Amino acid sequence: MNLARPNLSLRIIVVIAVLMLTAFLSLTIGTRSVPWAEIWDGLTGHIDTIGAAAVSVRVPRTVLAILAGAALGMAGAVIQGVTRNPLADPGILGVNAGAALFVVIGIAWFDISGATTFLWLGVAGAGCAAVFVYGVGSTGQGGATPLKLTLAGTATSIAASAFIIAVVLPRNDIAGSIQSWQVGGVGGARFDTILPALPFLGAGLLLSLASARILNALALGEELAAGLGQNIATGRALAACGAIVLCGTATALCGPIGFVGLVVPHVCRLTLGIDYRLLLPMSAVAGACLLGLADVLGRIIARPNELDVGIVTAFVGAPFFIWTVRRQRMRGL
Amino acid sequence: MSIAITFPAPRTAPRRRINRRSALVLCLLGGGVIFLFALTLSCGRGCLAPSAVLSALFGSDSAGASFVVNDLRFPRAAMSIVTGLCFGLGGVAFQVMLRNPLASPDIVGISASAGAAAVFAIVILSLNGWIVSLVAVCAGLLVAFTIWGLSSGRGGAGGRLILVGIGISAMLDSVTAYIILEAPEWDRVEALRWLTGSVNGAQLSEVAPVFAAFILFGGLLAVSARDLDVLRLGDDTARALGVGADKTRLLVTLAAVGLVAFATSASGPIAFVAFLSGPIASRLLGGSTGILAASALTGAILVLAGDFTGQFLLPARLPVGVVTGAVGAPFLLYLIVRANKNGGSI
Repeated sequence: MNLARPNLSLRIIVVIAVLMLTAFLSLTIGTRSVPWAEIWDGLTGHIDTIGAAAVSVRVPRTVLAILAGAALGMAGAVIQGVTRNPLADPGILGVNAGAALFVVIGIAWFDISGATTFLWLGVAGAGCAAVFVYGVGSTGQGGATPLKLTLAGTATSIAASAFIIAVVLPRNDIAGSIQSWQVGGVGGARFDTILPALPFLGAGLLLSLASARILNALALGEELAAGLGQNIATGRALAACGAIVLCGTATALCGPIGFVGLVVPHVCRLTLGIDYRLLLPMSAVAGACLLGLADVLGRIIARPNELDVGIVTAFVGAPFFIWTVRRQRMRGL
Repeated sequence: MSIAITFPAPRTAPRRRINRRSALVLCLLGGGVIFLFALTLSCGRGCLAPSAVLSALFGSDSAGASFVVNDLRFPRAAMSIVTGLCFGLGGVAFQVMLRNPLASPDIVGISASAGAAAVFAIVILSLNGWIVSLVAVCAGLLVAFTIWGLSSGRGGAGGRLILVGIGISAMLDSVTAYIILEAPEWDRVEALRWLTGSVNGAQLSEVAPVFAAFILFGGLLAVSARDLDVLRLGDDTARALGVGADKTRLLVTLAAVGLVAFATSASGPIAFVAFLSGPIASRLLGGSTGILAASALTGAILVLAGDFTGQFLLPARLPVGVVTGAVGAPFLLYLIVRANKNGGSI
């Protein structure tokens, strides 16, 4: 089966070039305009001026946006493949809300502060929410239709945020920090919180990439995939684990960020074809571009303030979601 | 497979029995509202005897009781009732009109738009009072028509409408969260409270516009209730019976959005009251008439009971929206699971 499209390698090169451009913009553009010389100073560690100091803060921020975007983009592609549902997105399915609930409970009740513990909590919360939502959404006839999954995810998100508020409200001391984390931001990034996440991201990445062949087979339909000799149940579980680790980690790092996992795989599918062996890595790259650019945009739009990246992605993503809904011949609605 | 009608059309059972059941249910609900109202007035941090509450309400100045009852508890209880009536009525109007319990304003984004507009008007434009509610109504109408427009088209409009609404909600909720986060004059905790919906610190002057809106838009709904009932039988039948389907929908949308928007701009989007009231009332009535009134009363009961629970029955004092959100989400999940067992109709 030849899934290649004309100029495929050219398109891949373009996507990677966009990623580099994103990193460049994210380092050079900010609330404060900094001359080139000071940017170079900041990047090389000579923090003598305010401008250089500002630029040196942008470095971990850029790294975080790229990592989180890659994780969310790839997780979205995997979830869409596993559930065979075009509307699947870690935000819409309530997975991010589950991760957020666990992290908030950890902060408020168990005085947890270590970055690694946050990550474990985030992954555990994402896993619980994913299993729950899929369990509710796939009961009965017709399996997991987009409408049922979306509604189950919405209900779970609303319940989770009600609990989050119930946990946070009596605690004046932590309300502010938790709320700004909840909108989703990469602004407070530091390398010492990013480093512990790297093994998690690596594991999720490998699991997801390993499931590419199974996702390809699943795309043909479950019976056919089983007929091709794939172990569907195990394959699905492995792929889902990868996606859960990825979005749990991303949520623990920068709060729930919606719609990256929805938009990116669709755009990649339209431009690069449907082969998951290519789609998964390119979704990661494109997700990094999207989140990085959204972060840059958030810095420019609201000068001298900053717009949190979660708000920018919601504004890019929600119209896209609606467009997908309209384009889709709603199965089982 | 389609999302089918949940609110069964009135059965053709003997007319008298139907009326007896709806009269009974309405009386019980009304009694519930009065009981909870009295409970909110008399019980708080400390309990007052009914006689003390009455004498405080009717003006005789008894030690301390008049301040607690007249200035703290009465506005709060009145606000709970009025917003509950508005949410319950507005919610069921949408659900009946679209023949789908999921098409309630808090799921399809009407509450979210009213909330975002109200926050924008209060924080950015520094408006207050009536004008905030009017801005919220305009935004709610705009979003309602946008959603109708975007979800029309070939097949499956019901499900698509809900999904489009969820998308729009996500966008507007992020706006609200952002404005509130950036607002310097708002305490963050207070902002969180408002975002969930709360009747904390209600003033009688804030209750008045919501009450007026309830009378105005509720009257509008009452006038078109008959046509709405006919609309359940389908557009063609309605046309044959001389009911203009589009005109009725326009009126009902206007009234329902007005109710939800006024209530939201006064108390914040109290989660799921609009969504829960209709299905609960419909189960109580079991197909007899009077769904609009029953649902409005159910909404008032939900807000009163939720507020009382959040204030005094839980270890921490929580706004009413947290309580109704925690009750409503499992109910939504239950609807989804049950729908699957019934072969797809929610």
